[in-house]
Order: sequence, then C-alpha cells, then structure tokens
Amino acid sequence: MLSCKDATRLMSEAQDRKLGVGERVQLEMHLAICKGCRNFSEQMEFLRQACRAWLERSRGLSDSDS
Amino acid sequence: MTGSALAPCYDRHTANLVGAAALSRSEFIDPAFLASLRREMVAFARMQLRDAALAEDAVQEALAAALDGVERFSGASAMKTWVFGILRNKIVDGIRQQARSTPASAFVAADEGLDQAFESLFKENAHWHPAARPSAWGDPEETLREKGFWAVFETCLEHLPANTARVFMMREVMELDTAEICAELEISAGNCHVILHRARAALRGCLEQGWFAGDRPC
Repeated sequence: MLSCKDATRLMSEAQDRKLGVGERVQLEMHLAICKGCRNFSEQMEFLRQACRAWLERSRGLSDSDS
Repeated sequence: MTGSALAPCYDRHTANLVGAAALSRSEFIDPAFLASLRREMVAFARMQLRDAALAEDAVQEALAAALDGVERFSGASAMKTWVFGILRNKIVDGIRQQARSTPASAFVAADEGLDQAFESLFKENAHWHPAARPSAWGDPEETLREKGFWAVFETCLEHLPANTARVFMMREVMELDTAEICAELEISAGNCHVILHRARAALRGCLEQGWFAGDRPC
C-alpha cells in the first residue's frame, strides 16, 4: 500500500500533471482510509487558491476587507 | 504647506516617472497613488525574483510602459490591473535572466532544513506521526478573507529558499506549466516535481504552524 509520504508526492504532482490510472487508483484507495492525507490533499488545493488570491490582492482587484 | 514637505513621500524613480506623465494626464496620475502603486509592485516583484535590483528594474519597466500610454486608461484601477499584467511578464523575463546564470543543480540541490522538517513528520514506516498528521483547515474562503492570514502567508513565502521559491512562484503565481518551467530553468520534469513538492510541503507546514494551529491574532 502507498505510504503517506509517497501519497504527498502524488498529491503534489496531481497539481502539475495528470496522474496515470494506476497512480490515481492507488491514491484514491489511500485517501479512502487516511484522514491525514485527505486533509493534506485539501491543503494542496488551498495553497493553489491562496496563491491565485494573493495575486489578485496584489493587483488590487479585491481590495475590500469585508 | 511647502513643496519640500511632500518630497519624502515619493522617491526619485517615482518623481522621474511623474515628471514624464505630468504632461499628459496629471489629473489621475497623482504622485501619492504612483508612489503607493510602486511600493506594492516592488514588494510583489521582490517576493518572486528574490533580487532587489532585478525587482526594481522589472517595476520600472512596467511603470514606464504604463505611463507611456497613460491616456488609454479610464482610471487608476484600470491602470493598476494593466501594469500588474506587464509586471508579470517582466518578472518571468527576470527569472529567465537569473536562470541563465544559475546552474540547474542549484535549483535541484536538496535543502537540508526543509527536507529534514518534512521527513520528521513521518514515522519509520513513512506514515504520519500522530502529532504531525495534517488537520482540517476549515473554510478556505473564510481564511482568505482574514487580513492576518496574508501577513502569515507572505512570511511563509519569504521563508522558502530563494530557488525553491522561484520555481514555486513560476508555477503558482505566474501559472506556467511544468514543461515551460523545466525548459526555462533547464531542469528535468522529475526535478521540477521534487522542487514543487518541497515548496508545497514547506508552505503547508509553515501555514499550519503560523496560522492554523497557533494562537491567532484577532
């Protein structure tokens, strides 16, 4: 079975390339039973979202502090 | 009020640019706006280039381009959007320039501190240490609205090693795909993935400690 450490590599790479079928299956199976890695996966999404938002903030497109 | 009282508000570069622009659209290119825009641009460029001189150059070129055609903007915010678009291209040029004088090995080289911190999250069997297991971060939208979060986020970005940060920024802020990054920096796709994983893991750990787990300032 995939280790958590290897799962983090796949979760990071999933942000940059389409994972192969084998990789996807392994990762899905791991995520199904590992809460820590599910959180890690959501955090990878969050990092991307935060970087985009940071760019928008820097450009001053969403200056409101509401 | 005397003229000299205003002088410290903006620096020499801004003053030159204002001089050039004053002829065309003095009403909306006001020195205070330009000075603050310039500060924001420099902070943004520095974070990605990790080189003060290159950052200044990129900002200067982007501002000069914007002021050249200042009459085409309907207002300050249109100009700001446009000038950040130009700045983004200038930053990519700057990173390209840096890459030419940086051996590929410098991008790939392991960062002992980061790699050890990452390894320490796992037990012998490569599964999470119970204490290090990632916890849920809550509602992302809510977090992104918190002002304090952005101070922590920027501090965490600053803490990334320079070459790691450049690769990460090219991917996540400039939104280049890994094939383009590999080509620019002359590194393999495998190395690119290793560097990005290292950057994300470090940033994740830093945000966890600095914001999500810590006592938040209100």
